[in-house]
Amino acid sequence: MYKFLLCWRYLRTRYIALASILSVTLGVATMIVVNSVMSGFAFEMKGRIHGILSDVIVESHNMNGFVDADYHVQQISLVAGDYIEGMTPTVHVPGMLTFWQGNQLSTRQVTVIGIDPKTAGSASDLPKYLQHPENRRQPSFALREGGYDTRDQQSGVESGDRDFLAQAGWPYRRWWAAREQAFEFNKPQAIRVAPPELKDGEQPAGGNDESEEPASADGGPGALARQQPAADEQPADEEPGIDGAVAEAAAADRMDPFAMAKTEANVFNPLKEQHSGLILGIALSSYRNRDNREGFLLLPGDDVQLTFPNADSTRPSAIMSKFTIVDFYESKMSEYDSTFVFVPIEKLQQDRGMVDPTTKVGYVNSIQIRLKDERDGDLVRDKLRAAFPPEIYNISTWRDKQGPLLAAVQMETAILNVLLFLIIAVAGFGILAIFFMIVVEKTRDIGILKALGASGRGIMGIFLAYGLSLGMVGSGAGMLLGLLFVVRINEIAGLLSRITGHEVFDPSIYYFYKIPTIVDPFTIGWIVCGALAIAVLASVLPARRAARLHPVEALRYE
Amino acid sequence: MSDLQPAAPAARVPRRRSNDPQPAGPLLSGPHAEMAAAIEPAATETAPRPARMQAARLCKSYRKGRVTIPVLRGVDMEVRDGEFLAIIGQSGSGKSTLLHLLGTLDAPDEGEVRYNGQRIDNLPAAKRDQLRNCRIGMIFQFYHLLPEFSALENVLSPLMIASGAWNFYRRRRQHAARAQELLELVGLGHRLKHKPRELSGGEMQRAAIARALVAGPDVLLADEPTGNLDRSTGQEILKILRTLNRQQGLTIVMVTHDLAIAEQADRVVRLVEGRVQRA
Repeated sequence: MYKFLLCWRYLRTRYIALASILSVTLGVATMIVVNSVMSGFAFEMKGRIHGILSDVIVESHNMNGFVDADYHVQQISLVAGDYIEGMTPTVHVPGMLTFWQGNQLSTRQVTVIGIDPKTAGSASDLPKYLQHPENRRQPSFALREGGYDTRDQQSGVESGDRDFLAQAGWPYRRWWAAREQAFEFNKPQAIRVAPPELKDGEQPAGGNDESEEPASADGGPGALARQQPAADEQPADEEPGIDGAVAEAAAADRMDPFAMAKTEANVFNPLKEQHSGLILGIALSSYRNRDNREGFLLLPGDDVQLTFPNADSTRPSAIMSKFTIVDFYESKMSEYDSTFVFVPIEKLQQDRGMVDPTTKVGYVNSIQIRLKDERDGDLVRDKLRAAFPPEIYNISTWRDKQGPLLAAVQMETAILNVLLFLIIAVAGFGILAIFFMIVVEKTRDIGILKALGASGRGIMGIFLAYGLSLGMVGSGAGMLLGLLFVVRINEIAGLLSRITGHEVFDPSIYYFYKIPTIVDPFTIGWIVCGALAIAVLASVLPARRAARLHPVEALRYE
Repeated sequence: MSDLQPAAPAARVPRRRSNDPQPAGPLLSGPHAEMAAAIEPAATETAPRPARMQAARLCKSYRKGRVTIPVLRGVDMEVRDGEFLAIIGQSGSGKSTLLHLLGTLDAPDEGEVRYNGQRIDNLPAAKRDQLRNCRIGMIFQFYHLLPEFSALENVLSPLMIASGAWNFYRRRRQHAARAQELLELVGLGHRLKHKPRELSGGEMQRAAIARALVAGPDVLLADEPTGNLDRSTGQEILKILRTLNRQQGLTIVMVTHDLAIAEQADRVVRLVEGRVQRA
């Protein structure tokens, strides 16, 4: 009893000891914050990596892939069908994306992925990252009649930067096609700095339609009628135009893939038709302007051109093909968002010549497998490896694929933990020193207690309990502080940004709008236990010293 | 173990010995002044009483570096039951050391200490702790109260040490009532909540006496209890000790260097150069 009472009194009267545990408090708080943020990052990253990669991937070493996806799907089902929830074939090929940006063509390097919209959803999280609600339910390469999300799916923030996306798709396509035809632009699309234009004209695309081209927007047939003669005239106009008027426009015309399609019979009308659909990684289109608002170079409804190699190994050449953007893909994983474009797998197979000429069966690069339980990944991988010849097939789990990245995050967390725990250990030495001082200061009291019959064990108990309660106060305060920080981390980051005038957490770098945090009670438990253990260990030596004091000498101590 | 437990709370004052031939005296109560007035001259006692404590050929020396300084050189003495004994000697004569040996705070180099005929200086540490806790009360020149505790808590501290946290908590009201009674007995009933630094020297010594008595000991060892007090306050403390001795039959061993103080005891033992010289 006296132990706890004394301990309590010491705790309330010795503020210097509380100062010594401040470092324990800070250490615990920092560890909790760092662990929460790191596991938040790791979780988000895993989710995003996993979102595009299925649980297990069977892929070919050959860029031109293997023939007959259905046969492979059957074989995989035979080997590991019990574990598998869904499968989808894909074709991967490097390519170039070409589109009009202002007055010039812009080209980007991309990874073209052919997917089967019917099965893509069953084997990966791809649909989840699309911007049109219908596409999220069932992905489709048909252009939608507006209604894209104006809200960032991940952050849920309605920033206002994407309001015009509601009118993207067909309404937008009709607007630009009509305008183009009205002004007889030869370019497939005009300059569109979407936000300011759409903001001025209250009603986004529709309002612009009416103000600029009332005739074409109101009357489809009228616009079509006007477009026909224009298409007729164009080839005639172009020949003299090359040496004539604007050299810049002529250069653009030569690159214009429309040029070759412009015969009377086979004219493509963007007002009514779309090319084959394409889902664009959102970072290929979006950019941040100077006010840190989001702008888009391309929108669903725009036409772009893809260039990729054909599958003829003896005579390689580049294939050019027109596509219409039907949706954005936004996984917030900037590596994916800025390189991936998804196109229908049949279209890609046709264009590349990945179809067996006699049987008409397509080639695919890989088969993505979604498991019922992701943790069975290694098991299924090993089973498939045993069944499929490794010379032809590379079989791996998503963890194998992104292993180095995940391992790096884990390593970082581990090192940070070690360093921060050392801070708490340093605090332990502070406790040790202060406890020795307190034991010296309390020598006479220790003598008194011994004269009153307290045992050495009991005296030791006072100081151990004191160390434990200091540790409890310190780590408890640290835990509260850390949790509070984690809960309010985005507000704190915002406040710091305002004070320093420097963006602490830049969403455009991380593609997170909020700092992700995950509070793991188990980790917090470990941190607090570790801090308590250090506080108790640091008080063991002084407590032993106190216990061994000779009562007579202690009583004489002045 | 059970016989070392503190006295039953029903007892309002230190426990009487069961084999005490004297009938139970009136219980002390009321303000200090009344109690002091109740002090009577020493009762004539002829029948030899049993020895409460004995010291046999006690030797003790202290080391200072390589030099060994002998303090006690074979002390033989005994303290009879219910006796108020004063040990007198000059500074450095070893009287405090003797008291520490009697109170098992220190172990002798040679010789024996007996309590109720049983040797106690070689008992295991836990047993000696219990003995100090319940059977032998001690007061000191510098009072040695715990500065973090109030007067009441200081008095309660031996009981806290004796029982575990739970047991103490369960009986805290009885214990507190008993401690309060003892404090009232020594005239400190109005200072229960005061910390030692808010008390005067005399008040601190009274609290120390109450603390020494709370567990119901048979023997009170007093190490210069008046040494740090002015004459009149010291006399008050002595009166309290005398009353306790007379009315409760409490055995008291008091160390002092002041002959005037020592003369108020039943018997005086003089220590000279580490040996007993009969006065």
